[in-house]
Amino acid sequence: MTSISGAPKLELRGVHKAFGDKEVLNGLDLVVNEHEVVCLIGPSGCGKSTILRCVDLLDPINKGQILLDGVDITLPGTDANSLRRRIGIVFQSFNLFPHMSVLDNVTLGPRRAHGVDRTTAETKARELLDRFGLGEKADDYPNRMSGGQNQRAAIVRALMVEPEILLLDEVTSALDPELVGEVLGVIRELSSQGLTMVLATHEMGFARDVASTVAFLHEGRVLESGPPGELFEHPTQPRTQQFLQRVTEAGRL
Amino acid sequence: MLKRIFDEEGAKGALIATVSTLVVFGLVAWAITASPNWDLVQRQFFSAEHFAGSWPRVLKGFWINIQLFLISMLIIPLVSLLIAVMRSLRGPGFFPIRLMSLIFVDLFRGIPLYLLIVLLGLGIPTLRLPGVPNSARFWAVTALVLSYSAYTAEIYRSGIDAVPESQRASARALGLTQWQSMRFAILPQAVRNVVPALMNTVVSLQKDVALVGIVGVRDALREADIYTDRFFNFTSYMAATLLFLLISVPLTRVVDWYVARDRAQRAQVMA
Repeated sequence: MTSISGAPKLELRGVHKAFGDKEVLNGLDLVVNEHEVVCLIGPSGCGKSTILRCVDLLDPINKGQILLDGVDITLPGTDANSLRRRIGIVFQSFNLFPHMSVLDNVTLGPRRAHGVDRTTAETKARELLDRFGLGEKADDYPNRMSGGQNQRAAIVRALMVEPEILLLDEVTSALDPELVGEVLGVIRELSSQGLTMVLATHEMGFARDVASTVAFLHEGRVLESGPPGELFEHPTQPRTQQFLQRVTEAGRL
Repeated sequence: MLKRIFDEEGAKGALIATVSTLVVFGLVAWAITASPNWDLVQRQFFSAEHFAGSWPRVLKGFWINIQLFLISMLIIPLVSLLIAVMRSLRGPGFFPIRLMSLIFVDLFRGIPLYLLIVLLGLGIPTLRLPGVPNSARFWAVTALVLSYSAYTAEIYRSGIDAVPESQRASARALGLTQWQSMRFAILPQAVRNVVPALMNTVVSLQKDVALVGIVGVRDALREADIYTDRFFNFTSYMAATLLFLLISVPLTRVVDWYVARDRAQRAQVMA
């Protein structure tokens, strides 16, 4: 796949996505530059997760363009399987395969989809698992581990292909509060290494901390976006103000 | 079963269970044998002479039942899995494949097994098609395989459908193709989901193999038929009954044991 120099890493232009009659994305525009961490915030159902699924081509869009390095990946000729070597995604509910050990979960993609031999894949996997404090857990099954460990393993699984961009879909929402920290720690480390990331999140404190850009979604569009300091301190749109007000009242900021 | 009573209720409970069981079964046995018609029943169904007379042939026929059962057992899981996977493929390009699978299931699940065996087992050999087996036995087994594959495919499909959609999404997100996702992520979970249902099908298949007798295959039931026609005594059927029970009862117990163990393991994982 060619790339156009100077183009943003990821760009969404006028993306429309409907499930049945329900319009979820309504002409959404979004730009993600290289090494940037973009946090998508907004009320439930505003389309945060849908954006990530559409970018990974798990859901087809109805209208608009999604550009990776300036190349539209929604065109019919795109090879979704090879595109997914460049994009990693981590889901809210981990979605590890319950019938496989952590090591097999993590190496399945490289071994089966990308023809990496088992030894190479496992060496790399153990290295990454070690780095994220899961070295001891390589041979355990997902149901034997905590939610936080599951989610870290899921992140390692997504990192195995060295993606150019990592999508994180509310990765802490399914976790017990005391386990959230360990997962956020992993994301923080990845951002410090310059990995380009898009996060859908409810963790406003974390978004403020780690994001280079925060985008507030409302009715399937980015209503307002900017650096976290600006957006959290001086939101200009009444909807954004209202949302942040509620979040603050709930003690989440 | 008695051990469980012993564990839960203690020695006294076990004793009560034993005594009451002996009394109840003793009474039933007494009531049956004391009835005025028991002699007639015994002569017609439990004659030692006719049992000895029919046993060798029925046993020989039963060996055919076992063979056909084993052959079907090898083929049905493969055909049905293929049909189920075909049905579960996504995308407009696979529509004809899905349609084929749907037609297969509707057709062979919709036709009574008896009718299908007659249709294929008696019908096709009369065509004398070149290069096609002409034996009733071959076509009777084919009918059995087709019918059971249609049912079993639906069992597999329910197992596939029970695997959460998110598992498929996460497999695809790793760059696996649709087929690889199915093979490595979905099917292992799906099969595990339906093992109890599959094992019940095996029990049922073991008995339905007796239907091949209708097209003249000399299985246990057919041999018993022949004997009864000659001597007008039903003891030969009892011989066949005994043979089928010898297989199906232990098989059922194994299935029950497996299902209970599987349930216990799952409960443990959830806890």
